[in-house]
Amino acid sequence: MLILTLVIPLVGAVIISMLDRTPNMREAATLLTAGLLFALNIALAVDVFDGARPTFEIAGFIPGAPIMLGAEPLGVIFGLIASGLWIVTSIYSIGYMRGKNEANQTRFFTFFAIALACTMGVAYGGNLISLFIFYEALSLSTYPLVTHHNNEAARQGGRTYLGVLLGTSIGFFLFGVLWVWHEAGTVAFVPGGVLADGSDWALVAPMLALFIFGIGKAGVMPFHRWLPAAMVAPTPVSALLHAVAVVKAGVFSVLKVTYYTFGIDLLSATGSNEFFLWVAAATIIIASIIALRQDNLKRRLAYSTVSQLSYIVLAAMLANSAGIVGGALHIASHAFGKITLFFCAGAIYVAANKTTVSQLKGIGRTMPWTMTFFAIGAISIIGLPPTAGFVSKWYILQGVIDAGQPAMAGVLIVSTLLSAAYLMPIVYTAFFQAPEASGAPTHGEAPVTILIALGISAALTFAMFVFSESALEAAVRITGGI
Amino acid sequence: MISQFPALQVAIPLIGAPLCIILRRGALPWLVALLVSWVALAMAATLLSQVGDGEVISYALGGWLAPLGIEYRIDVLNAFMLLLVAGTSSIVLPFAYKSVAKEIPEEKHYLFYSGFLLMLTGLLGMAITGDAFNVFVFIEISSLSSYAMIAMGRDRRALSAAFTYLVMGTVGATFFLIGVGLIYAVTGTLNMADLADRLPPIYESRTVLAAFAFISIGILLKLALFPLHLWLPNAYTYAPSVVTAFLAATATKVALYLLLRFGYTVFGADFVFNIVPSSEMLLALALVGVVVASTVAIFQNDVKRLLAYSSVAQVGYIVLGISYANVTGLTASIVHIFNHAATKGALFLAMGCIAYAAGACRLESFAGLGKRMPMTMAAFVIGGLSLIGVPLTAGFVSKWYLVLGALEKGWWPVAVVILATSLLAAVYVWRVVEVAYFRDPPAEGPVLSDPPLALLAPTWILTGACVYFGIETSLSVGFAEGAALFLMGGS
Amino acid sequence: MEVLGHFNYWIVVVLMMIGFYALIARGNLIKKIVGLNIFQASVFLLFISFGKVTGGSAPIIAEGIQIYSNPLPHVLILTAIVVGVATTALGLALVVRINERYGTIEESEITQMDGES
Repeated sequence: MLILTLVIPLVGAVIISMLDRTPNMREAATLLTAGLLFALNIALAVDVFDGARPTFEIAGFIPGAPIMLGAEPLGVIFGLIASGLWIVTSIYSIGYMRGKNEANQTRFFTFFAIALACTMGVAYGGNLISLFIFYEALSLSTYPLVTHHNNEAARQGGRTYLGVLLGTSIGFFLFGVLWVWHEAGTVAFVPGGVLADGSDWALVAPMLALFIFGIGKAGVMPFHRWLPAAMVAPTPVSALLHAVAVVKAGVFSVLKVTYYTFGIDLLSATGSNEFFLWVAAATIIIASIIALRQDNLKRRLAYSTVSQLSYIVLAAMLANSAGIVGGALHIASHAFGKITLFFCAGAIYVAANKTTVSQLKGIGRTMPWTMTFFAIGAISIIGLPPTAGFVSKWYILQGVIDAGQPAMAGVLIVSTLLSAAYLMPIVYTAFFQAPEASGAPTHGEAPVTILIALGISAALTFAMFVFSESALEAAVRITGGI
Repeated sequence: MISQFPALQVAIPLIGAPLCIILRRGALPWLVALLVSWVALAMAATLLSQVGDGEVISYALGGWLAPLGIEYRIDVLNAFMLLLVAGTSSIVLPFAYKSVAKEIPEEKHYLFYSGFLLMLTGLLGMAITGDAFNVFVFIEISSLSSYAMIAMGRDRRALSAAFTYLVMGTVGATFFLIGVGLIYAVTGTLNMADLADRLPPIYESRTVLAAFAFISIGILLKLALFPLHLWLPNAYTYAPSVVTAFLAATATKVALYLLLRFGYTVFGADFVFNIVPSSEMLLALALVGVVVASTVAIFQNDVKRLLAYSSVAQVGYIVLGISYANVTGLTASIVHIFNHAATKGALFLAMGCIAYAAGACRLESFAGLGKRMPMTMAAFVIGGLSLIGVPLTAGFVSKWYLVLGALEKGWWPVAVVILATSLLAAVYVWRVVEVAYFRDPPAEGPVLSDPPLALLAPTWILTGACVYFGIETSLSVGFAEGAALFLMGGS
Repeated sequence: MEVLGHFNYWIVVVLMMIGFYALIARGNLIKKIVGLNIFQASVFLLFISFGKVTGGSAPIIAEGIQIYSNPLPHVLILTAIVVGVATTALGLALVVRINERYGTIEESEITQMDGES
């Protein structure tokens, strides 16, 4: 059943690529594939939360390091989020791409499906080498999506995107994988880590550095530049990148490597996590400050994402169970919140052709639904109840307390204030400032399909708060029920 | 019949060559070459199946027994090489039918195929023989025919490239001859297995050291290790597409085989790594070669020349693996011999497709090819990814073992250089990708489209091999590891 | 004395260096081929000269002769001479074609013309 997580989106991609002539059939194929994938993920989740750990070997590859899939709670959580949000993003994309009359839509939807297949591979990668392989495949399969507009700006953005991602993954991540193989003789994922006994403690920190900086998709500074550069992509791609596939694949990999390759006990025992707590903290604060100064809406959201991702890296580097759980929960909450915000940014672009914050004066009057959803998403990112962001921040804070890191608590508080500072003014500008030109509005609300998608994602932010017990129960299985 | 295969492996292509000249009409020369090539492939596969489990086939040519007679000795390493050469030839020849028709005037076709078969003979002979002087003879057979084949390129610079290659190649082969002469003088035998027995007592003598130096320089020139690579860029750029594809996939690889054969079997690992500081010297030259060649490749405006410099870099990786003197390094080298042959073969065949359609291989000609020739460019991109060493391609497997071997020796800086130069490869591959996919095709000029199936199919067979051997490595790595253990264990 | 006894090696070395120098330093393509030939000839002399066994006669079986020089180097060099001839022929053919296409056989002029195109 595990292999179907790859097969379904790949077959879907093939079918989508053949339906160029019939756009409606093509869109239906995308939605059907997404739906099937989500159903499959639910089935897997039921199995895994019961205690099953299915595996599937795809190819022998290198002796001792096969390409294989393996499901465990963290991967299942990621898989559920990715496949679920794919459905939502597909609904949104249909509205967006048609609203903007974009070219090359078939190529777009085809590579979307391929990218989702790679995301499933990352989520269910059964060992370190498989994770790496699908991680690389994800970088490459999203490149045509980032450079969709095929113009000079796209080319430059694509160069930065691939340059940073491939540079970090080949230069650092691969080195780390090989080093682990060399030290531990295996690339398997074992709760508690494979490096646990017999490794030279002085080498753990450099090895960890290779992973933290090598997993460029997690956006740890200074390798975050690809995120703002990727904003040249059409907004559904940005929504995909910033909520579903790429960035979550990055922080997911960090969490997975922390828990299953290094082991939280080894990290806290050797103290090698200390340095990276500060790296993550610096990223959180600096990215938030940069976000404050961005006028372009998507760029502001991009830097916000960089900041929020490092919450998860920080949580992982706390090297305790609460941190892992908090990190997993934040993958979900940030996904729901950020996708909502990006959907809004795209809706504003489709309906009103506006891209900067200063242009948004009074837009709340003409696009009330869109901006309301924006406000909900903003509250979630800031981390206030009754939204998802509150749930995950609570658990990360728990982890900070457990680890005895009061400075980090300060970092969390400061960044909450900073995120309010860069998000709330947008809401204020939209609702409480008068529009520039007076007279009849030149645009209306966003298309219906976009609003439906927005509604679903906003609802999810509430749902995660309301059903926080179930979310917690799921996340705790990563560290508890093994 | 099968027992005669070692001799037939070389004899049949050799006889095929004059046959092409006799049967010069129409498609007959091509047909002869194709059939000969496929027969050679069948024989190579048979020989490989017989030596797979560590056996060695010994064949006395003409019935004259070794060590006085010439012996053909086949073990798993050279059976692998025979398969590689015959396989490449068999895939390239179907491609040649249309490509040669476009690039070479019709009255010379029979000469082309005849020369091709002579190249094939020479390379197969180099791989199969167990006699040191016989190696020289076959080196010259393959080299002379390659000089002639390269000179058949359309551009007049093919002639000066061929001449330079002739001069350098002959010097190299002559150095090799000097070395063989010297070891003959001190041991009295030319048979490789016999030399392996007779050399150890006299390891310390100056003659043996000098002989080793001459033989190595001769072979290193043939395999284009920096700084003896100067003939390669021009030769690959201006030769006809089929010739470049074939040479890129085979000639340097067979020379690498010779390096391994003389290093491990004739002289012995003890001599090569303990008495002569080969490890350090090869390491230094290989590292410099990889870095310099990759960097120079980035600035090339002719894509064939870019790929030629890339080949110099890739050969550097292979020599790097040899310099480790451990099983992992040797496995990396042997598997990269195979993987790089598949990769570069695919890339140069893709270049052949583009030359067929567009007539030129400059970077500007690539503008808009992503849309006009999607299948060809897709093959190019996959080959390029294999050069970079992206997982799921063959290149990744080689890089995996290469870095692992460096880690085993504790040479962290070498591992860093290998990974950094992979990123350099990404830069030069992406230059081509960007032009092909991001630039609009020129308004005037020929209407380009994907070439006919006869050209695309061989290209995609090799591209498919790049991907297949990046995922299922049991065959390639299995053979490489077996050969590595055999070489290192035996000596 | 050692030096005089090894006079054949000295001749080989001198010829080899003359040939190699002509090959590298001379710009005229024909002169390069001449240098190549001298270079190869020196190697032939090397082989043949150490085939000589002290007191041996030519390696042709005849009555009453006990010691023969080693025939194997002679055989090897016959092969090598053939190779050398083929190389020279090919080199000269290339020079003819280069002359047709370039109008010159001076390496410096050819390199200049290549650089321009």
